[in-house]
Amino acid sequence: MEQAEVGSAYVETFIQLTITGLANGAILSLAALGFVIVFKATGVINFAQGYFLLVGAYLVWAGMVQFNLPWFFAVIVALVVAVLMGLATERFVLRPLVGENVISVIMVTIGLAFVLQGLVQFIWGTEPRPMPAFIPRGTVELLGVPVTLNRIWAVVIAGAVLAALTLFFQRSRHGIAMRAVADDQQAAMVVGISVRKVFALAWALAAASAVLAGIIVANLFGASGEVAVFGLLVFPVVILGGLDSVPGVMIAGAIIGLLVSYTAGYVGGGLQQVIPYIVLVLILLLRPYGLFGEVRIERV
Amino acid sequence: MSRAYRHNLNGSSLEPGTRQLEIEAVALRFGGVQALQNVSLDVCQGEIHAIIGPNGAGKTSLLNCISGLYRPQEGHIRLHRSDGPPHDLTRTRPSRVARLGVARAFQNIELFKHMTVLDNLMLGRHVHMKHSVWRSFLYYGPARRQEIAERQLVEEVIDFLEIQAVRHAHVGALPYGVQKRVEVGRALCLQPAVLLLDEPMAGMNTEEKEDMARFILDVNALAGVTVVLIEHDMEVVMDISERVSVLDFGRKITTGPPADVKTHPQVIEAYLGEEVS
Repeated sequence: MEQAEVGSAYVETFIQLTITGLANGAILSLAALGFVIVFKATGVINFAQGYFLLVGAYLVWAGMVQFNLPWFFAVIVALVVAVLMGLATERFVLRPLVGENVISVIMVTIGLAFVLQGLVQFIWGTEPRPMPAFIPRGTVELLGVPVTLNRIWAVVIAGAVLAALTLFFQRSRHGIAMRAVADDQQAAMVVGISVRKVFALAWALAAASAVLAGIIVANLFGASGEVAVFGLLVFPVVILGGLDSVPGVMIAGAIIGLLVSYTAGYVGGGLQQVIPYIVLVLILLLRPYGLFGEVRIERV
Repeated sequence: MSRAYRHNLNGSSLEPGTRQLEIEAVALRFGGVQALQNVSLDVCQGEIHAIIGPNGAGKTSLLNCISGLYRPQEGHIRLHRSDGPPHDLTRTRPSRVARLGVARAFQNIELFKHMTVLDNLMLGRHVHMKHSVWRSFLYYGPARRQEIAERQLVEEVIDFLEIQAVRHAHVGALPYGVQKRVEVGRALCLQPAVLLLDEPMAGMNTEEKEDMARFILDVNALAGVTVVLIEHDMEVVMDISERVSVLDFGRKITTGPPADVKTHPQVIEAYLGEEVS
């Protein structure tokens, strides 16, 4: 009798950790997707991706608390600002760097990360801001285990956006044009695809999806510098999935999410904050192009 | 006419024989290398115009100038149209040049290797599809109807080039000769006013060459598309082209009918070298 209770408690913990992990994984995938879009289409490694999440979290907090907008409008405003931020980044930060070497571009995106962080702290300060609940926070019973509703919503929203973007890339004219530019820029130009417009679209999508991820994170944990720490997990995800693979990002997001969640639940002691980066180092050592990335061999 | 075409593959409505592409005193330098020097030539609507010359003569550079991929330091390249004033292609971005109807196939196949033949050809229709990014996101509705309409023309090109069997194959996995054909197909899908072909038969066996020559002649004769062609196989050039321009060290030597060009002393010299006395 006692044995069975211990067993069921064990299963319950496991299910809860799994759901938490998948929820975080879905948000991570969404955040990382923008990184992959930009890398695929433009070849830029964007170290500021994690800080787009931070901006998103504070934008929606400001919209709801400072400007008293209904949550729906606050999200719309945040997304519009995100698109403008993405377009501005492409136009004023990266376009002047076309043709410069990779290290310069990387340094500039790292600089952009600090600028974004500084701006957020300058405007909204450094103290954490609790978020008014706009995604319902009750609990529901799932597989006999109580699960908070906002995590389920996080999965649903992130999943829906990921699915929409995947369809966009596979089917739509503009999505296919983006893939074409990623595949062969010269050929794309001679069939009449404007490479500039595709770059702009890539950055707009990247910023918008990251900001959306930031909003979901803020809804779970509030708006604070922690959102950027969560955003940094984008790197283990993209390295594990492969820098240029959309399916890779989804699977790697789930793997990292689960790994963090299980480590937190079963090992604890702060190891959960380190484990994704241990994975990152291992992947770089063993399979540098990730699980699904294109293998690039350079012969000299 | 052997087949009934529902779509007109020719994107230009100029009278055959009138001047369509006007290349005027074009000069292109890469640092100290003079790739093109004072090159002038006219291409007329409806002709097959071959550009020949030894390796490094500047043939591909000239084509790149026409496509807008290179920007010559001097000179103009004007595309004449029946509706409105001519466009100067030297001041136009490549994507815009393509929209104006200049289609291109490259020497070293530039296809979208990770996509299917159909996707590659549909991308040739890109400039003719006009729905916005928002419509794209919604996909169903107008965007879908438009894609179905465009697919009809693409299917016609597939039939024309006899690549029905590989329609859904990934381009990267196809044999070289078929890839070359697909690239010409993608250019045709633009409904071009001018078709620029950079060595469409390079590396092909005799049978493949004959097929390609037949396609080019068909496109030209049946649809009336102007073709500018770089080719090394002299037999093919002499057979299919109406006029030939010869480049050597970035300069144009002559333009004329194949028979005249073949016997032109400077052409013989460019190919065989100077006679040692």
